[in-house]
Amino acid sequence: MSAPSTGGASRDGYGAALLNLADDPRVVVIEADLGKSTKSCLFRELYPERTISLGIAEQNMVLVAAGLASCGKVPFASTFAIFTERAFEQVRNGLARPGLVAHICGSHGGIHTGTDGSSAQSIEDLALYRTIPGMTVMHPSDDLSATKLTEQLLNHPNPSYTRTARNKTPRIYDEDTVNSIQIGKGSVLKEGNDVAIIAIGVMVHKALEAAENLHSEGINATVVDMHTIKPLDTALLDQLANSVSGIVTVEDHSVIGGLGSAVSEYLSENNPTIIRKIGVEDRFGESGDSEELLSLVGLTIESIETAARAML
Amino acid sequence: MIHKAGAGHPGGSLSAIDLIVGLYGTQLNVDSNNPDSIQRDRFIMSKGHASPAVYAILKEHDFLKQSDLDGFRSLGSVCQGHVDMKWTNGVDFSAGSLGMGLSFGIGTAFAAKMNGLDYQTWVMLGDGETQEGQIWEAFMAASYHNLDNLHVIIDRNRIQNDDFVNVQMEIGDVASKVEAFGWSVKEIDGHDMEAVVEALQWSMDTPGPSAVVAHTVKGKGVSFMEDNPSFHGKAPNDAELKMAMEELV
Repeated sequence: MSAPSTGGASRDGYGAALLNLADDPRVVVIEADLGKSTKSCLFRELYPERTISLGIAEQNMVLVAAGLASCGKVPFASTFAIFTERAFEQVRNGLARPGLVAHICGSHGGIHTGTDGSSAQSIEDLALYRTIPGMTVMHPSDDLSATKLTEQLLNHPNPSYTRTARNKTPRIYDEDTVNSIQIGKGSVLKEGNDVAIIAIGVMVHKALEAAENLHSEGINATVVDMHTIKPLDTALLDQLANSVSGIVTVEDHSVIGGLGSAVSEYLSENNPTIIRKIGVEDRFGESGDSEELLSLVGLTIESIETAARAML
Repeated sequence: MIHKAGAGHPGGSLSAIDLIVGLYGTQLNVDSNNPDSIQRDRFIMSKGHASPAVYAILKEHDFLKQSDLDGFRSLGSVCQGHVDMKWTNGVDFSAGSLGMGLSFGIGTAFAAKMNGLDYQTWVMLGDGETQEGQIWEAFMAASYHNLDNLHVIIDRNRIQNDDFVNVQMEIGDVASKVEAFGWSVKEIDGHDMEAVVEALQWSMDTPGPSAVVAHTVKGKGVSFMEDNPSFHGKAPNDAELKMAMEELV
């Protein structure tokens, strides 16, 4: 594999997607003060008449989105991942329960968020939104895939939550390969018959690096970018479970309720497979550099390799 | 309806019904033959536990049949315990969790402006409901965005689930508070039909977002329910139903 090029952060990909969607008059962008951070500010600059600023008031924002959706608009509302959680019950009762379709984007997800400290590092958002009936839940791995997946929300039949990351990570896709990405279908980035490494978000490039290292040891790993954790690509999981000796899941999220849990829930009942979950154990983060923090909680290339070796 | 279901909220339905009758009778442009018309006026019943009052008016306007009302709160019924747009023609909002309706109304009011439509959005709030912080996020947002097509009616019946509002957490002069958030406000007796009709028209004629604070009596029209917190969320028994119907008819 050639060295990945560096693109923007996935939040930049979200901002770019909003601009690409602007031709559709149904698209409305809603902000709760953090548009400069989530990158909805790019849309605001060009389409102020279709951007609604609601101040630091996330609960109100979610129901305004629901009201707009009830009138045929396609609202895209964003704030930090952690602050969407303040409006969890609004998303559950006010948006998803009546079957309205609006799209929530939570930026600055995960411990990777860094120096802002634990108050800003959502490590439970994916778990929360996964429990809501009918909700689509995504976490893209780079800017290009974030753009593509967000664009696909335009005619998506369900409400969604998309987590994006604050910081840049190496690109996983290029302008061509990103075209095959699809909501609900895991992207197989590398194939191997010994183990499978299923990762999301900022951990996907580490999974790829781990797989390279394992290859030099004679261990062949499949690497999947499971950008959509709900609906989960269970056909792909079955295929992997039938072809490898074990699965390692990797996420910058609590090991409770996220990607690892989703994979385990499905396979334990349908295709029992040895699974090792790498994620944030039951703890909060702290201030620090992104890479320091990932190391602190064991989200490293080495820990992925160790888990993969143990599968054989 | 509530007696048959064995559960429901008679007190807050009776305090609100005069306001709802006034609204549907004089302002609300809705049509049961075209319930999803994008041009229809929206009625957002934020205090969704007063669903019996809504179902009753929807029956009068041919959105529902008596058999629908008879199914209130039963499995599969279009008349859910709390008003729900997913289940009932003529219902524009899924309520049940207090504090959310005004924000939803901001969304429908914004959509009208963006779509160049002149329909109006009317939101009914309970007074106890204004204890929710989200209500004030919404009051602030609506006046900042000058949503003149948004109208609020507050059913000030002074009673909430557990007890009187001034026992649970008094909200005080709610009219002044809403006014301080940039709204035009008018206070009325919510059971004086002439005043109700006049206030609704005042709201239409007033620039910017406007709110009517309607002073009402919880359980209005039934002597043993009036001003009685125990009938916030309790169905009348057989004898109570008989007495109530005699008093109301």
